[in-house]
Amino acid sequence: MRTILIWLPLALFLAFIGLFAAGLFQPDDHIINSKLVGQPLPAFVLPAAASDRPALASTQLATGKPRLLNIFASWCVPCAAEAPQLEALRAAGADIDAIAIRDARADVDAFLARYGNPYARIGLDARSSVQIALGSSGVPETFIIDGRGRIAYQHIGDIRADDVPMILDRLKATR
Amino acid sequence: MRYWLALLLALIAGPLAAQTALPPAPWADRQIPDAGQERQAKALMETIRCLTCQSQSIADSNASMAGDMRSQIRERIMAGERPEQIRGWLISRYGDWVSYEPTADPILWPLWLAPLALLALGLLLLRGRIVRRKDA
Repeated sequence: MRTILIWLPLALFLAFIGLFAAGLFQPDDHIINSKLVGQPLPAFVLPAAASDRPALASTQLATGKPRLLNIFASWCVPCAAEAPQLEALRAAGADIDAIAIRDARADVDAFLARYGNPYARIGLDARSSVQIALGSSGVPETFIIDGRGRIAYQHIGDIRADDVPMILDRLKATR
Repeated sequence: MRYWLALLLALIAGPLAAQTALPPAPWADRQIPDAGQERQAKALMETIRCLTCQSQSIADSNASMAGDMRSQIRERIMAGERPEQIRGWLISRYGDWVSYEPTADPILWPLWLAPLALLALGLLLLRGRIVRRKDA
């Protein structure tokens, strides 16, 4: 009994070392979901981010039909990578609005000219204030907004080709 | 040689340039003129976790989103909002995760109780030793 007790502190110490070592080798990429999923969209009014698309206000997202709200930026590389998937969603009948984060109109115009423009409206969030109010922690992210202006779903990161059917299903299931 | 070249390339890679071309938000790196308000804002910023570099506070992080959060916090403090109100607002968006300050949530009770339990255990052990020594 006594000999076991003597070894106990060392065993505990080694267990902690093991725990910390495991933590070191695990990638530190926690995904932080917005707590606003299931709740009404926070109210906002944003100026237009692109030359040929109108501005965006939160009231315009409650249209009786679910819509996608894409959070992107012209300086964001994965946003360029998800452009074909957004185009596919639009072709499948999804209505997509967007918020451009920390962006400038000339840069947004150049980005859309290069990667395509699947958006109906684009708001400019120059200081990430709407992004923070949405509980969004990066770009790109895509929200499904239901017909009454509630956040039904949040997709974090770029939409991959195999995410498209899932997003369309969720969009269909949302009212 | 190849390692040195790789190191050199890593040094000039400019990861910050990948974030944004915009200048920082007005109050991201500027102090509030009122020293008391700045102290409140600073104390709050040191306990709010950066969403981009998740192990830093927004006071320590150079990420553009952290700068925007600092600016927003300073603006709201200047507008008369209380720091705990702002923390609550952020927690309602991002969850407890965004705040470094532990809450009184039941799941954290063991954390609050642990120091007391350890202190009690220590006193108990101490008492055992003292009593034994008196006997000797």
